[in-house]
Amino acid sequence: MNHIALKMLMGDKGKYIGIVMGLTFASLIMTQQPAIFLGLMTRTFSFISDVGLPDIWVMDPKVQFVDDIKPMQDTELYRVRGISGVEWAMPMYKGLLKARLTDGTFQTCIVVGLDDATLIGGPPVMVKGNIEDLRRSDSIIVDIDGALDKLGKPSPTPGNKPIPLEIGDSLELNDHRAIVVGIAKVSRTFQAQPVIYTTYARAKNYAPRERKLLSFVLVKAKKGQDLSELTRRIKESTGLSAYTRSEFMDLTYQYFMKNTGIPINFGISVLLGFIVGAAIAGQTFYNFTLDNLRQFGVLKAMGTSNWVLLRMILLQAVLVGSIGYGMGVGLTALFGYSMRNTILAFRFPWQLLIFSGAGVSLICIFAALISIFKVIRLEPAIVFKG
Amino acid sequence: MNADGLAVRCQNIVKIYDTGDQKVTALDQVNLDIAMGELMMLVGPSGCGKTTLISVIAGILDQDSGSCELFGENLITMPSNDKLNFRAKNVGFVFQAFNLLPSLNAAENVSVPLVINGMKRAEAERKASRVLEQVGLGERLTSLPAQLSGGQQQRVAIARALVHNPKLIVCDEPTSALDHETGHTVMALLKDVALQKDRALVIVTHDARVFNFADRIAEMDDGHIIKVVDSANGTQTSLKEAL
Repeated sequence: MNHIALKMLMGDKGKYIGIVMGLTFASLIMTQQPAIFLGLMTRTFSFISDVGLPDIWVMDPKVQFVDDIKPMQDTELYRVRGISGVEWAMPMYKGLLKARLTDGTFQTCIVVGLDDATLIGGPPVMVKGNIEDLRRSDSIIVDIDGALDKLGKPSPTPGNKPIPLEIGDSLELNDHRAIVVGIAKVSRTFQAQPVIYTTYARAKNYAPRERKLLSFVLVKAKKGQDLSELTRRIKESTGLSAYTRSEFMDLTYQYFMKNTGIPINFGISVLLGFIVGAAIAGQTFYNFTLDNLRQFGVLKAMGTSNWVLLRMILLQAVLVGSIGYGMGVGLTALFGYSMRNTILAFRFPWQLLIFSGAGVSLICIFAALISIFKVIRLEPAIVFKG
Repeated sequence: MNADGLAVRCQNIVKIYDTGDQKVTALDQVNLDIAMGELMMLVGPSGCGKTTLISVIAGILDQDSGSCELFGENLITMPSNDKLNFRAKNVGFVFQAFNLLPSLNAAENVSVPLVINGMKRAEAERKASRVLEQVGLGERLTSLPAQLSGGQQQRVAIARALVHNPKLIVCDEPTSALDHETGHTVMALLKDVALQKDRALVIVTHDARVFNFADRIAEMDDGHIIKVVDSANGTQTSLKEAL
């Protein structure tokens, strides 16, 4: 009876395409919107994930997330270095400073000061130049997205794209000259501001005069050292907060989840997508069953059992569900691919495939169930009605 | 088969439809016997209970009281799965609106009862093709219902009713959607191909032009069988007059 079910489904091309399109739309919304949400949330801790070497981040106990800088005294670095189990500990400055561009306009940038000797915490990928060039005087490394856009030089033709910042170009950071010696690829941050890397000492020069300027202490644990034990020792010995890399990412992620409207906004959009998709697909599928009710009645009158009819409807639902899901997920992947070089946040982990697959399955089960109930309750005597 | 050669024995059948506001008695103490090899027509005005009676006889509607035996089996006492299997094997249907599956071609439509009875699809379609040739549609095996005329569609429906060799064929207004000539051809086909000594035909009809094909005609009104006329006792004219 399977081929009869499939022929019934595909016989009416308009309705068949309508059901598949409804499920494609639902699958697209249920995959694309969470992918944007995940991309956006990943940006909240992208700065942490870009810094690969340290095992533990040490900071002021009042820090709530990575951009919530509460500076510490430089002496904290030496206290941390003195704790047993610490292989090395390096300072890091992170702050927002205004850069004066060649046309006189200002652009707020994230300035990151790295340990002068080791340059630990530097950009993950260098596009142009070398990270060691930061040892030259007044040198900075700029992230490529900032260099191409916000820190770019104004185009001679008004309205055109800015001319990208190149190695050798200069800008002013808090009235100090800064010369670009490298272009780096870094993950976009949540605030989407350009990222500038320099040495810790130079960053302190660029930053406004303050008593405390140390943002983080980056710690590498000795080999075989239990990280949770070490973070506990750092906290106890210094009174500072210490998090493993994943704990700090989670702290930042949770802050944005609890204190911003992003989750609820995206949640609503995903929920609406689900409801609209379910309504469209469910109703179209139900209408399809209603239109075929007489045919199901004929099959029932001729001796087809409810179980066989149920299998036929489930087969129809599984088929349109699989096609709709595949198309929706494919379109989402295509969307993500086409947007890969834009500012749009997009992350498409395999777990999302399971999430949207479960969503589309729910819609199909719902649509199939209401249809099945109708067919099971159907009196075969309907076939004799004119 | 029943020892007395009866295909159908209905005794004191009562069927009441509960429409919420009121109860409508569709069949009221109906008694009817149909013999094997007999073509019985049920006639009467709209709403007189013909379709309800044919539904009860075919086992697709349960009566409220009374018994209806089909080849000696009382369907109402049968477990539902057994009833389905019994119906699938023993009853063929021909409908007023043909009720062919629009996305299946003629051979596929005719093969449906065989597939329901568990036959493999390819074999079922081969057998269906042979029956379609028997009803004169050997050239239209792959045509969809929409590509066939009304008469051809009804011939496909007849082939579908015959293909699994059932012992009872129930037809609901098989000629009402057809012109006189086509209706006459369809009835002749039913009588020639479908009617055999080990099979009974029950036909519900309004169409007085086909009364002459009947062996007996039961006239119904208001849920009762008011008259049964035996064609052996009269000509077509006298049958019409008798009714």
